[in-house]
Amino acid sequence: MTISPCSAELPGTFGEAMPFLCKGAVITLQATLGGSVLAIAIALPVGLMAMSHRGAVRAVARVYMEFFRGTSVLVQLFWLYYAMPILTGFQLDKSFAGILALGLNLGAYGSEVVRGAVRSVSRGQREAAIALNFSPYHRMRYVILPQAFIGMIPPMNNLLIELLKATSLLSVITVADLTYQGRLLVNSGSDQLIVFALLLLIYFLFSYLITLIMRFVEGRAARMVGRDGPQGRPRRAWRSPRPRRPVPSVEIPSVEIPSAETPSVEGAR
Amino acid sequence: MIWDWDWTREILPELLTQGLLVTVQATLGGAVLAFVLGLFVALLRRSRNPFVSRPVGAVMEFIRSTPLLVQLFVVYYVLPDFGVKMTALMTGIIGLGLHYASYTSEVYRAGIDGVPKGQWEAAIALNLPRHWIWISVVLPQAVRRSLPALGNYLIAIFKESPQLSIITVVDVVGLARELGSERFRYLEPMTVAGLFFLLVAIPASIFVRRLERRLGN
Repeated sequence: MTISPCSAELPGTFGEAMPFLCKGAVITLQATLGGSVLAIAIALPVGLMAMSHRGAVRAVARVYMEFFRGTSVLVQLFWLYYAMPILTGFQLDKSFAGILALGLNLGAYGSEVVRGAVRSVSRGQREAAIALNFSPYHRMRYVILPQAFIGMIPPMNNLLIELLKATSLLSVITVADLTYQGRLLVNSGSDQLIVFALLLLIYFLFSYLITLIMRFVEGRAARMVGRDGPQGRPRRAWRSPRPRRPVPSVEIPSVEIPSAETPSVEGAR
Repeated sequence: MIWDWDWTREILPELLTQGLLVTVQATLGGAVLAFVLGLFVALLRRSRNPFVSRPVGAVMEFIRSTPLLVQLFVVYYVLPDFGVKMTALMTGIIGLGLHYASYTSEVYRAGIDGVPKGQWEAAIALNLPRHWIWISVVLPQAVRRSLPALGNYLIAIFKESPQLSIITVVDVVGLARELGSERFRYLEPMTVAGLFFLLVAIPASIFVRRLERRLGN
């Protein structure tokens, strides 16, 4: 017989905690999904705007990016939820305010990623598209973006994990996410060591899930423009790939040098 | 008038002295811990002994993949059960430092990998002892390469420090929340706190960008 991990029949604290944590986990996933859709929807146009030929368009993009990267998510969240209603008389729903704050914040970081990836597409590609008489839209849509997209994915993966982590802040404005449920359980007397360990574990599993999905997307995107997908193990897996130690394997026999002639350390610097 | 200027003038000095002091302490404390710990972690992860490098890497990956807020709760609520008693600010500094050590260790790793192979070979040819190669040849170059990225993480730590207000540290944001809850009016204190973060973070990031260009990487 298999027992669902969310079942209340699990022994001890697990049975007590898991039904609530699963409920919270669903909210956390929803917030992550909502936030990432909003962030990507903002990042693409703003990232392209930041490279516009028109100074005014560029300025709008830069102001947005600097503004949201310059303050912390928590302050933005508080401001949207508690301060803005006083100024505008318009109270946002708490989950909506949360997703909005996360999306705006991560969208600003994402714009920088988009900008960097588009800039890293080699110049020849752009020149070739011009030579083939592509319109600026077609140039971007069929030549530059498909290639830039591959480069965006690894940094986007990191940003999505940052987003997942930032959703824990929604608990502060009483959105019933994973962290909120965990705190509630601890306050009502569950073993806090186990509850917090479960919280961390669930967040870690979600991060890993994001990495797996992004790796899959990266492989598909790379094959669509005729390149090999990512190689080796996931980028954010247990151990990041590391080049071999740059020390030659041949042991150099140590030679006794009279101390007076020992090369000074200064010379080696 | 929606905006209450009188009240703003009243709370501004308090926010900018008392609150700022705590924010600066948390940021600098967390950053120093993250920079020092990150270096040791980067060295441990390069260890030849897989029983050292693998577990250290796994723990750091775990810390990097889980929210700072939950980690702060663990340090704040669970550690006292094991007889470790600290002030909330101290707890926050340790939480920030540990969390960001997992990021800075990657920065140092990249910096160490970026030291040209010839430097290693020259140091070995000069018959320098191993620890001396690290201390006087590799690390000075690696740390120099890492400086701009570390500067970015200093700014990141500064921006994440408001999370400490959730574990009752009274920093700029904690104070703003306290002041706001007195009148149940968050507009002025939160806006002032947000502007204050902007005023520090934007010049700082411009400075880091300039540093990046000067160090040429």
